[in-house]
Amino acid sequence: MSDRRTELEAAPWGGRTRRYDLIKEGVVAVVIIAILAAVLSTLFGSPDDKQITFKDWATAAPADFYATSVQELAGTSGTAGYGAPYNTASDGVNLGPLHLAKIMGVTHPVDTVNDFVITPLTTVSNAAPVADALKLWQASDAKQQSTWATNYDTALTKANQDASKVPTGDYGPVPELAAGLLTMAQAGSLDGALLSQGNYFQSDNTKQTLFLGDGSYFNDQSTASNLQGDTWGMMNETGRYPGQAWLWLYSFWYQIPPFNNGDSHPFGANADAWIMVIMGALSLGLIIMPLIPGVRSLPYKIKIHRLIWKNYYQEENL
Amino acid sequence: MNLKAVYIHIGWFQMSITNLVVVLSMLLVFGLALVLPFPGNKKGKGQK
Amino acid sequence: MSTGIEKEMWTTKLRKGWQKNLPVEKLLPDTQPAYVASWIYMFGVATLASLGVIIASGLWLSFEGASWYHFSSVGHFVNSIHFWAVQFFFIFMVVHLWGKFWMAAWRGKRMMTWVTGALAFVGSIATAFTGYLIQTNFDSQWISYEAKDGFNSVGIGSKFTVTNFGQMILLHVAFLPVIIGVITLIHVLLVRSKGVVPPIDAFNKELGERK
Ligand code: HEM
Repeated sequence: MSDRRTELEAAPWGGRTRRYDLIKEGVVAVVIIAILAAVLSTLFGSPDDKQITFKDWATAAPADFYATSVQELAGTSGTAGYGAPYNTASDGVNLGPLHLAKIMGVTHPVDTVNDFVITPLTTVSNAAPVADALKLWQASDAKQQSTWATNYDTALTKANQDASKVPTGDYGPVPELAAGLLTMAQAGSLDGALLSQGNYFQSDNTKQTLFLGDGSYFNDQSTASNLQGDTWGMMNETGRYPGQAWLWLYSFWYQIPPFNNGDSHPFGANADAWIMVIMGALSLGLIIMPLIPGVRSLPYKIKIHRLIWKNYYQEENL
Repeated sequence: MNLKAVYIHIGWFQMSITNLVVVLSMLLVFGLALVLPFPGNKKGKGQK
Repeated sequence: MSTGIEKEMWTTKLRKGWQKNLPVEKLLPDTQPAYVASWIYMFGVATLASLGVIIASGLWLSFEGASWYHFSSVGHFVNSIHFWAVQFFFIFMVVHLWGKFWMAAWRGKRMMTWVTGALAFVGSIATAFTGYLIQTNFDSQWISYEAKDGFNSVGIGSKFTVTNFGQMILLHVAFLPVIIGVITLIHVLLVRSKGVVPPIDAFNKELGERK
């Protein structure tokens, strides 16, 4: 565009004007939108699927809860092997050679053995076998604990999470600990113990959420509500409510190769990081769009502006 | 609205009917804003 | 009026700049250029109005607490207003964005108007996201569980912890709305200060004559 044109477009308008009541327009807009929102609220309400508690989980899917507790003890759960910011068990997701999470370090330490199982169990008075198991566990060294937990985890997985089909073996107190935690969860006292970790004020639900996500029950509920990321779940809401439709582009990348290629491929395994970078770049692109050649010329080529200003163009013979 | 949602599913594309309604109404509103005549568009005060 | 020394004063500079760029006649004019005659101009105001309804209903929710709406029918209604106003907010904002794009409304030194608008868009997405995290229902449990991986993957998760309810509620009701409010204020003041952008073909005659 010529500088002369820019000057003209920037200068205060010297042409014809019309009456325009900004404040009235604004007030009318607020009233109309408040009414529209009130009508939709009365007709449809808003989504509110009940939260899942550990009691819900342990009652509805006890075998899944039990097996997850064993995984937390054996260090085979998703959280136990996550890496930063929770622990150092793995390097975590990368952007090629860049391990950003690892660089930022372990800022929210989570020790699945103690935080998820042992410490909560110590906050309640347990039945004799559980209390004895706890004593035995606490009196043993880390190597012994790990051997027991790994043995039992492997055997339980082989038995398809059916504890009654696990052959006898060198499991130490692990079966009793998991059973104790199951009882505690079913009684409804695990949620609070996970949250408070011995404190009075507490507002960080990280430990609960990570533990909940390690099992299958929570994931199954989300699949049933179509909330899984690989099926556009990011855009969806529970029930028939509209979701975050504005996340369509963010959600889109998860549906196509190479990002949906699964965990065995470098892009599939690190899709979260790559998509974050792509969306960051695209957001920046939107912000500086008027500087991007090609895109910024589109309004001149596809003349929707002739429609928008059709009256003015007619009146002025432009 | 707490019923199970209905989805349209074409290949890798999937969207809930409700989200589709939102997107279509956005396009519709945009289209209408372009073509509907603006009221009160009487002669402006000639101020040349 | 101002002698040599006063010209140096910051206060004087601010007052002069303000008077020059945004006198009250420009802030609250009673006329607009004749070309401001299309429904598409309504969407900036509609977005602003939706934001007003969002803030009003959100303040009400804040006074009652995050779990109120689970057990109170009034609470559920106020929560619903908040929810639907957000849907309207985004619908209007996107139509507004499309409109301004096809008008190439960044012309005539209005680049910063576009930039602040786009920042408001990106910031609103972040704000809405934290809102979904503090619904204290199944949806927020799931969103926090899923979203943590995205933020952790690029290291942001070490400071922005989506599974930390306390952090999310503070950001949603304090930090982020203030940011959106300030950006929106600058956006609207820029529009008023620069005046509504003239049509793309408005100066064809003038420029034709000069050639
Ligand atoms: C919080 C969200 C937003 C609010 C409350 C808002 C509000 C407004 C208002 C009230 C106006 C003047 C009336 C009009 O032309 O519609 C305006 C103008 C404008 N908006 Fe926005 N806006 C928002 C987001 C955006 C976005 C996302 C963009 C584009 C990326 C944008 C770009 C513009 C531009 C370029 C103008 C100037 C138009 C001109 O000079 O004619 N705005 N905005």
